[in-house]
Amino acid sequence: MTALLTIEDLVVSYPKKGFRAAPFRALKGVSLDIRPGETMGLVGESGSGKTTLGRAVLGLAPVESGSIRFDGREISGLSRRERRALSSDIQVVFQDPYSSLNPSMTIGSILSEPLSARGVSESDARGRVAELLDDVGLPSDAAQRRARDFSGGQRQRIAIARALALEPRLVVCDEPVSALDLTTQARVLDLFIEIQERTGVAYLFISHDLSVVRHVSHRVAVMYHGEIVEVGNGDQVTARPVHPYTQRLFMAAPVPHPRRQEVRRVERRRLIDAQRTPSETTSAAAL
Amino acid sequence: MTEYAAAPVVAPTLARQSLFRRLLRNPVAVAALAFLAVVAVVAVVGRWIAPVDPTLSSLQLVVADPSAAHPLGGDSAGRDVLSRLLSATQISIAGALLALVVALLVGVVGGLIAGYYGGLFDTVSSWLTAIVMALPAIVVLLAARAALGPSIWVSMAIFGVLLSPAFFRLVHVSVRAVRDELYVDAARVAGLSDARIIGRHILGVVRAPIIIQSAVLLGIAIAVQSGLEFLGLGDQAVPTWGGMLNDGFAQIYRAPVLMLWPSLAIGLTSMALVLVANAARDELERSAPRARARRPPAAGSDTRVDRPAMILHPDDRRTSALDTDVLLRVRNLVVAYDREGEGSTEVVKGVDLEVRRGEVHGLIGESGSGKTQTAFAILGLLSSGGHIEAGSIEFAGDRLDEGGEGSYARVRGRRIAYVPQEPMSNLDPSFTIGSQLVEPMRVVLGLSRGEARSRALALLERVGIPDPAHAFAAYPHEISGGMAQRVLIAGAVSCDPELVIADEPTTALDVTVQAEVLDLLRDLQRERGMAVLIVTHNFGVVADLCDRVSVMQSGRIVESGPVDAIFDHPEHEYTCSLLGAILEDGDARKPLESHKEITR
Repeated sequence: MTALLTIEDLVVSYPKKGFRAAPFRALKGVSLDIRPGETMGLVGESGSGKTTLGRAVLGLAPVESGSIRFDGREISGLSRRERRALSSDIQVVFQDPYSSLNPSMTIGSILSEPLSARGVSESDARGRVAELLDDVGLPSDAAQRRARDFSGGQRQRIAIARALALEPRLVVCDEPVSALDLTTQARVLDLFIEIQERTGVAYLFISHDLSVVRHVSHRVAVMYHGEIVEVGNGDQVTARPVHPYTQRLFMAAPVPHPRRQEVRRVERRRLIDAQRTPSETTSAAAL
Repeated sequence: MTEYAAAPVVAPTLARQSLFRRLLRNPVAVAALAFLAVVAVVAVVGRWIAPVDPTLSSLQLVVADPSAAHPLGGDSAGRDVLSRLLSATQISIAGALLALVVALLVGVVGGLIAGYYGGLFDTVSSWLTAIVMALPAIVVLLAARAALGPSIWVSMAIFGVLLSPAFFRLVHVSVRAVRDELYVDAARVAGLSDARIIGRHILGVVRAPIIIQSAVLLGIAIAVQSGLEFLGLGDQAVPTWGGMLNDGFAQIYRAPVLMLWPSLAIGLTSMALVLVANAARDELERSAPRARARRPPAAGSDTRVDRPAMILHPDDRRTSALDTDVLLRVRNLVVAYDREGEGSTEVVKGVDLEVRRGEVHGLIGESGSGKTQTAFAILGLLSSGGHIEAGSIEFAGDRLDEGGEGSYARVRGRRIAYVPQEPMSNLDPSFTIGSQLVEPMRVVLGLSRGEARSRALALLERVGIPDPAHAFAAYPHEISGGMAQRVLIAGAVSCDPELVIADEPTTALDVTVQAEVLDLLRDLQRERGMAVLIVTHNFGVVADLCDRVSVMQSGRIVESGPVDAIFDHPEHEYTCSLLGAILEDGDARKPLESHKEITR
């Protein structure tokens, strides 16, 4: 099966403030591929560059070098006009369901906006909006209401519906459940999986939470300081990680059970001690 | 999750009504608007309802007193004052409007383009704006008159350009703020053209401030224009308010009343414009969302229902081994927030909670469950409008809720300490870490500067900060979020409290940092034997730290007991659903089968 999205040796830099300051390299040569219908989980801590990678795929981050190919076609460095044509293929669901919906617009106009931008007639768009709301499990009268009438989970459903409006082949999901409550989070994740099984859409699923990524991802990539340090099948990366950083990440997440967490805590301390010793000897040697 | 998650729901329905409709409920604004409406009508039809030709001179009318035919008398050239006033309105208002339109065109369009695209245009236009703002308007207008002649239209157009920075800066700032909103990114990804994004998503945000600014600038334009004419620098051929004022001033000893009419027209119009702008700003500010973090959640109804019994698990081996002396006892606590208009909303609806000496007690619940409000009530830190409606809070035998602010102040920081959720926003950016640690110790413990300093350094070292002396001298922005949380923990334990209330202390931190901070909290708690009430939504944190847990749902505690009992034999339906939603135990998703071809 050929890849839907291929990222090769991608470098993204942001200019730093100040005269002649060296730019900040958010991504330092990242390579990754996503197959059609696949969920690629992307885990990392704040500042690891995972969000930047998602924004680069969406054309919202400045690509310095490397390539991003979608369906065999280079999509980094497209003009705004060319990029717009790609909007039916690549879509996004952001983390914050509060700021990703315009507070002054009705849900109906938020959802029909991408459709009317492509010249879909108003009545067709209305029909499609009803369909979309049904797909994400919201009542059809939601179209007349505004974002503030909805809870976080419902807003995230609206954001998902907006992403699906143009029937994309890839959706970049940037921490889509991090702002949600536990029970809502589980339901929204199941919605993501259900939609994927029905439509065959691929996800680049960004999260800081290993257990969330484990739940939705076929494969998982781990980012650390702008680089991908480990890629593999979901179960392997999230339960038997190989890279020292992934191991630390895995051990750091507290198990929601008191006695098992006690065991995990001891294991974590042991791992950190084991990892510290070799690195300290090397740094001592370097001095 | 975080409490702010529920906040936007409370946004008053007020915000939805149009600004204009809301202004109609403000008596001052109604009066000002009514006056402006009269001025507008006169400006349109004034020339035709004028009884006499405003330029017609008559010798009998020179500084004539009011009469039936000429209700306001005549001016120094024998022209009818009422007719002149009526026709002058049109020209004066039109001139001011011209200045406004020019300022709007230049400022708003420039601000939108510069703010949205940034880059070279932004740099150049911001420079030009700064230069225009530095120019003294009157001097420029005088120079323009000298070069281009006394036309009111030319000078008002130039004045419009001079006013445009006011709009440019306003629009620029607003657009820059909105441009980074996720919904603008989402619109870009959705394939909307820039023009459409600006029109639909950005212009709406700046519309109201532009209208307010317009009213203010219109008043300024009228004043400046009249000023120029009063100095005799306007076009003498047409009647204007400023021109009439000039004429009246010349006759101030013969007919002082001549000055009254144009003065009233100028003064009242400018005042009405400013009043309307002020009222509009007040209305907008009233509906603007207040600080997010402390907003009361919009939980539930305010009808008090009989409290369903809380499920209380008996002590097990682990908890009965601990001290059973109750340090904090909360009984039937009801916290309510005043609603705009009438009544109040209960966010905590009868909470019973006991924290024993030296135990770690977890208060777990979802957003809007009232867990943070309960914590704030114990600390006496409810945000404005919030109050304890019923119940009692007893700390080490003393009633905190009865003694007013004083009884809280006696224990807060001394015997009860607080670790907040957002470490960065809880450190004052303008003071060093050291001074923020030293100050409370000097006040509370009465230490000298030197003693407090050495104690602070020891604490910083204790909470695991690698270079305490360096951190002591650093400002909050120079340290990471994890370090900031360690500093706040150091601050919380600095005065040897008996109880630490930690509100989601690790939610804002990365998971590896969270693990370290949890270790630190556990170690400090054991070392000092203090009690900890930890508010969280994370069962992992509860499992890691807590001895006993209380589960909170919609303002009530539904189940409470030793941590093992809650995890192993949850009884309440809600606790079961929370534990069932945990993903950790689930199977990982299988890799995509390569032979299965997915068709759309």
